[in-house]
Amino acid sequence: MITINHYMAVSAALLLIGTVGVMTRRNIVVILMSIELILNAVNVNLIAFSKYHNQVTGQVFAIFVIAVAVAEAAVGLGVLIAMFRNKGTVQADEVDLLKW
Amino acid sequence: MPTTLLERYFPVVLQAILAFAIGTLLIGASAILGKRVRNAVKNTAYECGMTPYGTAKERFSVKFYLVAMLFILFDIEAIFLYPWAVVFRDLKMFAFFEMLVFVILILAGFFYIYKKGALDWTAEELKPVQHKIHVDLMPADPVPSEKVTHAA
Amino acid sequence: MPANFMPSAAEYFRFAPEIILTIVGTLVMILEAMTGDRDKSSLGYVSLLGLAAAMAAAVAANNDPGLAFQSMIIVDGFATFFRVLVLGVGMLTILVSTNYLSEAKANSGDFYALILFSVVGQSLMACANELIMIFIGIEISSIASYILAGYLRDDRRNNESALKYFLMGSFATAFLLYGVAWIYGLTGSTNLGEIRTVLSHGTAPTAMVGISAALMLVGLAFKVSAAPFQVWAPDVYQGSSAPISAFMSAGPKAAAFAVMVRVFYTSFDSISNQWEPVFWIMSLATMVIGNFAALQQRNIKRMLAYSSIAHAGYVMVAVTSHSAVGTAAVMFYLASYCLMNIGAFAVVTWMARDGEKFVEVDDFSGLAQKQPFVTAILTVLILSLVGVPLTGGFFGKFLVFKAAIDSHLMWLAILGLLNSAVAAYYYLRVLVVMYFREPGASTVNLPPVAGTLRVAMLVTTLGTIALGIFPGLILGFATQSSTLGK
Repeated sequence: MITINHYMAVSAALLLIGTVGVMTRRNIVVILMSIELILNAVNVNLIAFSKYHNQVTGQVFAIFVIAVAVAEAAVGLGVLIAMFRNKGTVQADEVDLLKW
Repeated sequence: MPTTLLERYFPVVLQAILAFAIGTLLIGASAILGKRVRNAVKNTAYECGMTPYGTAKERFSVKFYLVAMLFILFDIEAIFLYPWAVVFRDLKMFAFFEMLVFVILILAGFFYIYKKGALDWTAEELKPVQHKIHVDLMPADPVPSEKVTHAA
Repeated sequence: MPANFMPSAAEYFRFAPEIILTIVGTLVMILEAMTGDRDKSSLGYVSLLGLAAAMAAAVAANNDPGLAFQSMIIVDGFATFFRVLVLGVGMLTILVSTNYLSEAKANSGDFYALILFSVVGQSLMACANELIMIFIGIEISSIASYILAGYLRDDRRNNESALKYFLMGSFATAFLLYGVAWIYGLTGSTNLGEIRTVLSHGTAPTAMVGISAALMLVGLAFKVSAAPFQVWAPDVYQGSSAPISAFMSAGPKAAAFAVMVRVFYTSFDSISNQWEPVFWIMSLATMVIGNFAALQQRNIKRMLAYSSIAHAGYVMVAVTSHSAVGTAAVMFYLASYCLMNIGAFAVVTWMARDGEKFVEVDDFSGLAQKQPFVTAILTVLILSLVGVPLTGGFFGKFLVFKAAIDSHLMWLAILGLLNSAVAAYYYLRVLVVMYFREPGASTVNLPPVAGTLRVAMLVTTLGTIALGIFPGLILGFATQSSTLGK
């Protein structure tokens, strides 16, 4: 039987993969994908909780998360392209103009 | 009614085994029974249609990115229609006007990108300098070649 | 069941500021697309009018406080205060930026529309009474400010600043969202009041609630640039255009503090013994890191960035005190902070000029001889940032540390006071450079102070002085509304 704990485990795994991805990857596109992975972890959580509580709140929330994630990705890729045109790189560690 | 986890997922397991078996069987059979001919024509990727050229890892102009991104944005906005459609019968005209407001806001966005020329793929050849968004997102040389090798 | 979904006119009235801003923002966006290559400064004035109308609506909405839209929105004194604050920040930002944008040949309706949309998000954050609304408010505000941070697309510093802000910002928001999802799962509600009720029963597992609250704190601490999530701030403030830095250091920060106070004081009230020590450490770390790193800076934007981190630390002290006095202190401090920080960045905007060539502290040398007006403005603002009496900054700090002492946070108050003594050093260095150095290359050919910029400088400076001499102007209102509509 699949219980809510299984969904929580999947979601936690997604969160972990996403976090490790953001921390270790150099390619900014991959970092962006990792962030999307975390947002999907949230969605899995929300849908599971929604089912668990027998409410639709979680599902509505998930739809908002999806819509916002897309807007965020669009802006992120736009920012990335603007930088690529000026700098010619998508590697996070070559973004080093501003340093302390 | 199956109760344990294994029983519930037995059909899935069975299908996975079958798919694997049939796949192995067919490829194995053709490898054993088939006749092997090696020549230049046989080794090309496509035996008919146009001749392949260049590398498959080609870079596309950013203008396609822009259109794709705009498509996804408008596409995702449409998911709000689903929950709306579910409750439309109960909420009646109120829901209609609420959705009207939403659609008008989306249309305002569409009007904006249309006027800015973001949907105009060919504009750049006609007029090199026009709206700002155009100049920025669609450079005359899509990707400078020396930078490509550098980034790769 | 569905019949009660119909909102009443009163509910629309309570939500009017956001509605007005959205309409004006969309209008400005469409006008920008329709006017082509014509001069766009008139769109700036349209936006100013929109913000003023929204501010009037926000003030009017306070006459009829209450909930709206299935209690997703709450209008009380606290919400009204922060609504007016972020709307004011939006107006000042537009005043500061019009001239800058014309010089950079980037004056366009897009900019004003983005400012308006970002302010919508912040205003929504101020009056949200529900986790979904809070999330949407944060995202509307942040997505617009990611674009604003990189607004000058051909400037490499702008690119980098936008990229860093975006990557770290969306990462932090993802954590906030994960925490929100867990809170929903544990309590079965996204309404702040209901969460409070469920948590006060003590049936939800405390450890899990604590972890979820901590995840939410990550996202909020990022937005207010509190340690250890402050690393983005210096880079982003330095890389972005000066007017945008002014905006990002004021509006989103104030709104995020509003959310932080509302969520932690309302929903997580019953687990305050868990989060108070965390806030204690964070506020101290934020003050120390901000002030000591600011000592090293030669770039004035970077220095102001670290100083804004330090100020976030002072506000965190007030949040830590977890009392009505503390809430009033948060409100007063943020109001005076927004005024003085935008004023200081307005002077930097004027000094930096096209392409931001002059952004070092040393570039201000001998300014007193050349431009007494701006020197006087910057002197008042810097004295307020230091916390000298008769300025808003002084009363802000006074209230913050009073709240801390009232809540028996003696050590935090003492360490905070020591910190503000350290801060005096790097602020006064700017004054020394202005008054006692000979004019250098940067101060020989000074540009005239544009009319709009002059208005912004005067408003912020006079506001700072007014708050210093008559703190009762807003302190009375802040104290009245500090109990929060629980």
